[in-house]
Amino acid sequence: MGLLSLAIWTPIAFGLVLLALGRDEQAPAVRWLALVGAVVSFLVTLPLYTQFDTSTAAMQFVENAAWIDRFNVKYHLGVDGISLWFVLLTAFINVIVVIAGWEVITRRVNQYMAAFLILSGLMIGVFSTLDGLLFYVFFEATLIPMYLIIGIWGGPNKIYAAFKFFLYTLMGSLLMLVALIFLYTKSGGSFDMATWHALRLDSTSQTLLFFAFFAAFAVKVPMWPVHTWLPDVHVEAPTGGSAVLAAIMLKLGAYGFLRFSLPIAPDAAHEWAWLMIALSLTAVVYVGLVAMVQEDMKKLVAYSSVAHMGFVTLGFFIFIDLGMSGGLVQMIAHGFVSGAMFLSIGVLYDRVHSREIASYGGVVNTMPKFAAFSLFFAMANCGLPGTAGFVGEWMVILAAVKFNFWIGAAAATALIFGAAYTLWMFKRVYLGPVVNDDVKALKDIDAREFLMLALLAAAVLWMGVYPKPFTDVMDVSVAQLLKHVAISKLN
Amino acid sequence: MIDKISWIVALPDLVLLVMACVIALMDLGVKTALRGKTYVLTLVTLAVVAYMQAERALSGATLYGFGNMVVSDAMGNWLKCFATIAVMVTLVYARGYSAHRGMLRGGELFTLSIFALLGMSVMISGNNLLVIYMGLELLTLSSYALVALRRDNATATEAAMKYFVLGAMASGFLLYGMSMVYGATGSLDITAIFKAIASGQIRHQVLVFGLVFIVAGLAFKLGAVPFHMWIPDVYQGAPTAITLMIGGAPKLAAFAMIMRLLVEGMLPLAMDWQQMLLMLSVGSLLVGNLAAIAQTNVKRMLAFSTISQMGFVLLGIMSGVVSGDSLTFTANAYSSAMFYVITYVLTTLASFGILLLLSQEGFESEEIADLAGLNQRSPLYAGVMAVCLLSLAGIPPLVGFYAKLAVLQALVASGQAFHLGVAVFAVLMSLIGAFYYLRVIKVMYFDEPITASSVVAPLDVRVVLCINGGLVLVLGLLPGGLLALCGNAIRQMLGT
Repeated sequence: MGLLSLAIWTPIAFGLVLLALGRDEQAPAVRWLALVGAVVSFLVTLPLYTQFDTSTAAMQFVENAAWIDRFNVKYHLGVDGISLWFVLLTAFINVIVVIAGWEVITRRVNQYMAAFLILSGLMIGVFSTLDGLLFYVFFEATLIPMYLIIGIWGGPNKIYAAFKFFLYTLMGSLLMLVALIFLYTKSGGSFDMATWHALRLDSTSQTLLFFAFFAAFAVKVPMWPVHTWLPDVHVEAPTGGSAVLAAIMLKLGAYGFLRFSLPIAPDAAHEWAWLMIALSLTAVVYVGLVAMVQEDMKKLVAYSSVAHMGFVTLGFFIFIDLGMSGGLVQMIAHGFVSGAMFLSIGVLYDRVHSREIASYGGVVNTMPKFAAFSLFFAMANCGLPGTAGFVGEWMVILAAVKFNFWIGAAAATALIFGAAYTLWMFKRVYLGPVVNDDVKALKDIDAREFLMLALLAAAVLWMGVYPKPFTDVMDVSVAQLLKHVAISKLN
Repeated sequence: MIDKISWIVALPDLVLLVMACVIALMDLGVKTALRGKTYVLTLVTLAVVAYMQAERALSGATLYGFGNMVVSDAMGNWLKCFATIAVMVTLVYARGYSAHRGMLRGGELFTLSIFALLGMSVMISGNNLLVIYMGLELLTLSSYALVALRRDNATATEAAMKYFVLGAMASGFLLYGMSMVYGATGSLDITAIFKAIASGQIRHQVLVFGLVFIVAGLAFKLGAVPFHMWIPDVYQGAPTAITLMIGGAPKLAAFAMIMRLLVEGMLPLAMDWQQMLLMLSVGSLLVGNLAAIAQTNVKRMLAFSTISQMGFVLLGIMSGVVSGDSLTFTANAYSSAMFYVITYVLTTLASFGILLLLSQEGFESEEIADLAGLNQRSPLYAGVMAVCLLSLAGIPPLVGFYAKLAVLQALVASGQAFHLGVAVFAVLMSLIGAFYYLRVIKVMYFDEPITASSVVAPLDVRVVLCINGGLVLVLGLLPGGLLALCGNAIRQMLGT
């Protein structure tokens, strides 16, 4: 069994064991088993990084076996510089989420933990597959555990959120399914992504394919104007669900652009780049403004996610390697930072059971340690140099300025808006006098919460100070992708 | 004098016939409430028959018996084998339910089920219009009686009446169409009809006139829009066990009948019937999915869901390319429909199995709300039901996804530009479908249970249900074998 298979199936196997075991009476044992499962799943992904060869753009750790002969579908796995970090990120966030749900979840603990472990395996599958249909299977299968996570452990309006999440994203993916079948037919019966990358396609086909993929991935990213599901879902999802959703699931969409839209329909991608840039800028600027007026902390961070993901798509569609690498770095950084933001909100919510900004004020007086962490993550969210949030945004803005000054200038305003909404929220929640008894009664974070936030803070800091390991891995693959995209498929 | 080959071809059916009579007689001496002896003997009989059919299917030979009146080929034998297993599973699920509702005062449930199965068998292996019709009548007459088995229940009797009247009309359609075809071609033999039509000597008008009636009859049996009206009423009105009996295995036989009549018999008329099937399937997808949203009764919802699923089956059948010279595409299209039907039956069995399990003595689990909080009462059965519903919705990695994929692939591969539009329409309809399946999952997982009592099931039901639900998942992870099986069977039928 290859390393990638191990990375995918270890968490899923642990998840199934948890499902088979465990009633709520054995919750402590279930939690420990889940933690062991998550840690082991993370450890098996580490050799992927240590053994990764940064000098080549070729797929590494390739596994290729026949799966469904009837459709010529292969169990074909492999990672390159674009996908490698997401495998590790997913496994890492999974550990954090298990820790985050430790005491908070008391009902059906085994199902909760199992859902996250299985989800993490499926998402690693999405990032490491090289076969179109296998990709779709993993991509869609992630909806099932997330639907249950939101619906079972979510907030008061969870049913609405769960349905909105499932149906909204399913609609996009179903169009992608038709696109995949179309490509299968066009390529003479192959679901192999490399074959599709090399496939010649006429202009109409490319446009249709581009928009079919756009439907699937733009909803997932989510890009403006199909982002409306995200705030609703984030508000109702349990803390762990929000963290995984923001940290990993949104990246599935952005990753899809790089694996499908750009290399398969390069001419259409160039032709419609203006639209993508326009939508990305709208997300960055307009959604940034929308975030500012939110009363609900989770909603605010959700809108901030949309704005940050706007940077990612902007970086992709200006076709400059700095921008694309910047987009990828931004994806990873946002994975750490947004995850941390949602977990911080979760820490408050567990104590006060309110997400309203107005219910807080002066938290720093009662929870100084926690406030320090929150301040750090807030700074990372507005892109302070030295934190992870800075690197990606900076790269994208530089590339955008190189591409067109005004686009760069518009993107750069996000730094102002980002700082405005994040710091204003921080001020209203943490600073000032203690406003009510709830806040007065707050206890500072315990060892478990400290560990969880410290791990994330370390990652954010490491990435901000020394981003080289991240960019080194990407460089060759990004250059290769851009070279591929620059060649027209029309003639 | 019956020759040796005819014996080989007919042996499983003869076993069914003889054992149906033996079981009916033996049951006179059985006095226990659950009819244990009859039950075991029936299951053993069916297991033996299923084994014989599988053996014949694996041998791969195509044999004609009784002067070409019946055929034994891989497709037919596999479908018969699966239908037999489906009836077995149905009986396992149905016994407890039926015993509580006075349907086991006699052993008719078992005898009638075997006769229904015999009817399906004859239908599937018929190579002659009249043989097919006879098989169909045996199946439907047994089904009418099965629906009316709970004779003191007003809804069940009403459903039986409705089923009988409408079913008789459909049979009339079919018979009328067959007589037209007979009149035009001068033969009842499917192979001879094919040759006659292919010769181009027959008047097209008469043939198409007959074809319309045949397609209408078939659509009626399959439950495609606009011939679907009986499905919701009968599904809802019949005792749940019988709903499963008529909604499960007979779909396999209906598929075989379509293959025999339209493909083996009238392939040269494909241009005509493909258009009809397209209209039927588009209508079924639309009406089935939209109407299912409004239902609060699970059985009625599943009835509309069946209608939409049959729309997909028809979509697969109509995707076969006939004008071109590529028989591979044609085989892919028909095998996708076959795969769809088989997996549909598999999934339906498990989901109705759960409903039957939840219907305790004096309580019918019919409303969607009755499933509330099932996950808290029994995570295992909630899991099985969820897997089935997600499979019906076509979410990977469950088997229903590959069924939809196969059909859509056949549709797109048929190369007509507007088929791409139909494919988009079909996936949008399955998006609507996902909503009402998810709603049931929501009730099971997100709502609080009305009763805290855990669900108890006898050992046989528990084992079969776990295997059944497990297969939906396992076939979703490894669908290759069943896909290949369908592909080979269809290719053999088409003679490539």
